[in-house]
Amino acid sequence: MKNLPQIVTILRGDPRADRAVPPTGYTAQLTLLTAGAMAFLGVFALALSLATGRLADRWAGELAQSSTVRISAPFDQLEAQTAAALRVLGQTTGVATARALDPAEQRALLEPWFGPDLPVETLPIPQLIEVIETRDGYDAEGLRLRLRAEAPGAVLDDHTRWRRPLIEAAGRLNLLGLISLGLIAAVMVAMITLAANAALSANAQVIRVLRLVGARDSYIARAFVRRFTLRALSGAAVGTALGMIAMALLPSADAAGGFLTGLGFVGAGWLVPLLIPPLAAVIAFWSTRLAALRALKEIT
Amino acid sequence: MIETPPHLGQNGPRGYPRGQIVIELNDVSYSYGGDALLSDISLRLAPGSFHFLTGPSGAGKSTLLKLCYMELQATKGTVTLFGRPAQDIGRDGVAAVRRRVGIVHQDCQFLDHLPLLENVALPLTVSGQSTEAHMAEIQELLGWVGLASKLRALPPELSGGERQRAALARAVVMSPDVILADEPTGNLDWEMSLRLLTLLVELNRMGKAILVATHDLNLIRQAKAQVAARVLRIKDRRLQLAGADL
Repeated sequence: MKNLPQIVTILRGDPRADRAVPPTGYTAQLTLLTAGAMAFLGVFALALSLATGRLADRWAGELAQSSTVRISAPFDQLEAQTAAALRVLGQTTGVATARALDPAEQRALLEPWFGPDLPVETLPIPQLIEVIETRDGYDAEGLRLRLRAEAPGAVLDDHTRWRRPLIEAAGRLNLLGLISLGLIAAVMVAMITLAANAALSANAQVIRVLRLVGARDSYIARAFVRRFTLRALSGAAVGTALGMIAMALLPSADAAGGFLTGLGFVGAGWLVPLLIPPLAAVIAFWSTRLAALRALKEIT
Repeated sequence: MIETPPHLGQNGPRGYPRGQIVIELNDVSYSYGGDALLSDISLRLAPGSFHFLTGPSGAGKSTLLKLCYMELQATKGTVTLFGRPAQDIGRDGVAAVRRRVGIVHQDCQFLDHLPLLENVALPLTVSGQSTEAHMAEIQELLGWVGLASKLRALPPELSGGERQRAALARAVVMSPDVILADEPTGNLDWEMSLRLLTLLVELNRMGKAILVATHDLNLIRQAKAQVAARVLRIKDRRLQLAGADL
């Protein structure tokens, strides 16, 4: 963003210099459309990236702090083994709290599969103990050995086995979002460079006349750069606005639940897509400037 | 008799001592695609000098002029503009040189989307000077070349003669030190050619160096009656002083 003062100066512009270059019809529309479409896609890529970042953090945070002990024992030993396991857990360094789930909580966990009013008290189902870790965590292997000795039916599940792939998947999705943003920016660079080159070629005669009367390359380039930067800025502003409206119209998390509903922006996250139009302007500024200076070098 | 052109007489050559050679070519050759177009050309344009450059079509008159305003680079020899060797002048330097050289092309290139007034003011615009501040002078200048009624006309709406005069007005609007004109009367009838010649002579009397490439011998004869002009001819790729046949 260190080019910002230069870009602002160019955007403020010199009306007389602008008039030296005739209006270019289709390249103007091409730039507007490209910037708009890329900004619209950019909003979604950004939303994907932010949402998967949040998801990875949440999963990592939630799952890393909790684990479960499952007691699978004959019905008459269940209560004793649960008490033994709780005692072991209470004496284990790194365990903040440990509590056995009550029948209502166990029923709620099984409800999606067996429906309400399941008589869990009369069924031979394992007892679950929820374990909350301290920040430093506990020694899982040591705890497993102690549980095996005190409560043979206890199985410690520290979630590591299935937590890692989930977090990796979220991380990959996050990377995918960032790559998408990069590709969108690259396509925008390519399209604006093409449009700028087309405009420069169409105005070769104009450039020749300007050079003949003593115009510097920077003067000629500025007229093109200003035009393309403004077009990219306005196209991207429209595309971003439409993308944000589309994001706002997505179903809310409460209404449907699940991963996709978390795709929207949250809180201050709604400000992040507002960076897309100025970034598009910076991309257009440099793409056009480099294309113009390169093309002008070929004209004596 | 035409009056002195507006504001142009106020400025002498800038940035180098009065009397110093404006453009100098020393043993300059130019080849394109292996074919020699000009060989061992030497030429000095001093302030207040008036040169005609003649020769048959394709002799290299336009090429020589292009070497003088750096549209082409000599393949051999040295071109010096305002005391600086051309090879030492960068792209921005070329722009600066062209602000001190008024160029009149036969095909009079304009920006067709701009009215005549803005086209003539273009050298001021590109050099960052305020057109508004010079508006009265530009209008006076257009009156001087007989185009006062065409200020708002677009270049495609002008006749060949009007375009030539407009090109001359644009060439002198920055009060250049030298005027290079390539077949400036190519599209004009005799009466209009004489009018353009008179304008050039007036500018020359103000101290501007003038180099006119033309194959119009009648024009050269007419000019020699008004001003001490040297006539050069390109023959067999070389520059020579034209003889008494002119």
